[in-house]
Amino acid sequence: MVAPTEPGNSAAHVVLDGVGKRFDSGAPVLAGLSLTAAPCDFVALLGPSGCGKTTILRLLAGLTQPTSGSLTIDGLLPATARDRLAFIFQEPTLLPWLNTRRNVELPLRLRGLPAAERATAAEELLRRVGLGSALTLYPRQLSGGMKMRVSLARALTRSPGLLLLDEPFSALDEITRNRLNEDLLRLREAVPFTAFFVTHSVAEAVFLANRVVVLAAQPGRIVEEIPVPFAYPRTAALGESADYHRLVARTSAALHSAMTATSTEVHA
Amino acid sequence: MKQPASHLSLWLPPLLAGLAILALWQGAITVGGIPSYLLPSPAAVLDALIRERHSLLPSALRTGGAALVGFASAVVGGGLIALALASSRWVKAALYPWVLALQMVPGVVLIPIFVIWFGAGLPSITAAAFIIAFFPVVANTTLGLVSTDRGLLELFAVNGATKWQEVRYLRLPFALPYFLTGVKIAATLAPIGAIAGEFLAGTTPNTLGYLILIYRSDPTKMPEVYSIALVTCVLGFLFVGAVQLLTWLLLRRWHDSATHSE
Repeated sequence: MVAPTEPGNSAAHVVLDGVGKRFDSGAPVLAGLSLTAAPCDFVALLGPSGCGKTTILRLLAGLTQPTSGSLTIDGLLPATARDRLAFIFQEPTLLPWLNTRRNVELPLRLRGLPAAERATAAEELLRRVGLGSALTLYPRQLSGGMKMRVSLARALTRSPGLLLLDEPFSALDEITRNRLNEDLLRLREAVPFTAFFVTHSVAEAVFLANRVVVLAAQPGRIVEEIPVPFAYPRTAALGESADYHRLVARTSAALHSAMTATSTEVHA
Repeated sequence: MKQPASHLSLWLPPLLAGLAILALWQGAITVGGIPSYLLPSPAAVLDALIRERHSLLPSALRTGGAALVGFASAVVGGGLIALALASSRWVKAALYPWVLALQMVPGVVLIPIFVIWFGAGLPSITAAAFIIAFFPVVANTTLGLVSTDRGLLELFAVNGATKWQEVRYLRLPFALPYFLTGVKIAATLAPIGAIAGEFLAGTTPNTLGYLILIYRSDPTKMPEVYSIALVTCVLGFLFVGAVQLLTWLLLRRWHDSATHSE
């Protein structure tokens, strides 16, 4: 593995302390949510729609503010920790007028890095995500999976200490999605980062994370945390093991009771 | 990218259809005996075009020049107004409805006012071309500037982009196809505005609109009137063609409108 092209950040330490979030006069989306992620934790956020999974990521990215409680990244408030984090959205969010290399360069360009340095870093990262030969292609020429790879490379240009992923590969077919998940873990071996990964898929959560946090909705809260003991690096072979399947079954049951908890609250 | 064969299949049908229409037209006059003061034959129009070239060409240049100046001012002015409108939510909320309302005013009815302001000459004609081309540029560009993709805005926010970076690297390129759509509409309208201006300003010699006013009063000059229509048509094609070329150059790599355009 090649060393990161930027000095970069070390994996972040993330603390959510009693975080509540309510959008103007609506019901609370999150209530009293506390969670600590140690450096290099891979936290999967799993839960029914409306449990505030995405809101947690948006709060960590400083895209929205908590109504109560606090969030810190390496002791800093999200708004001042932007240099340390990157966000991978559900959509690839590539700029259609820039080619692959320039899209990946974007975060570096916004920080005013010289062109030559940007290009080297972008090319290196694109090689690492398997797109070394697609540097001059435009987004419209790429498949859905390739676009997400570009998005992944772009997120890694600044060697984030914290990577926030909001159902990043959910629009892709299962084979492509599994491959991207494996690549994500492989990339993390080279450049360690803390990850918060929002997903609807139990199998995906157990495959990727060392901690699966199960949430219930109305208001969004943590109902159970399931540690995933499998050692990294994980490969596709993990998916074949009986231990993995047992844990997937257990997590599914937890998710199911979270959804039941949600619906009883609604009826109550 | 395209095969030569597909170019041929693209060009050949309209070419053949055009020739067939010309043949039918000529045939209707030769065989059907339609009088020339109603419908001159294509040959007569071509003849008039060649005969009158010494008045048509300078007139086309004057009209085209006025249209071009009006068009260019509309593109620059419209683009700047759109930037101002999009720069602040309050400015847009206060002024954008007025821009749309003014667009509903047919530019033609403003031309007599320009004649009063600027006199019956090229300034009025230029103003007519300007006013008719202005609003499509403002409306389309403003739309482009305010409809920037939300996901892309968040990407910029997460990456700590400054307001200026957001405008420079996101809002402006995002609005470019919208702007060019406005410019294309402006290009089709500017020559029309200029000629309408010449009709209403009346006494600006050596312009296409003025020539029509002269020729139409003489029934034997019908081929000349048609030849002016033809010149006007070519003028319009030049305007739109130039914008199409520009659009293609700017957008061909990334935008569908550049590769699928007519």
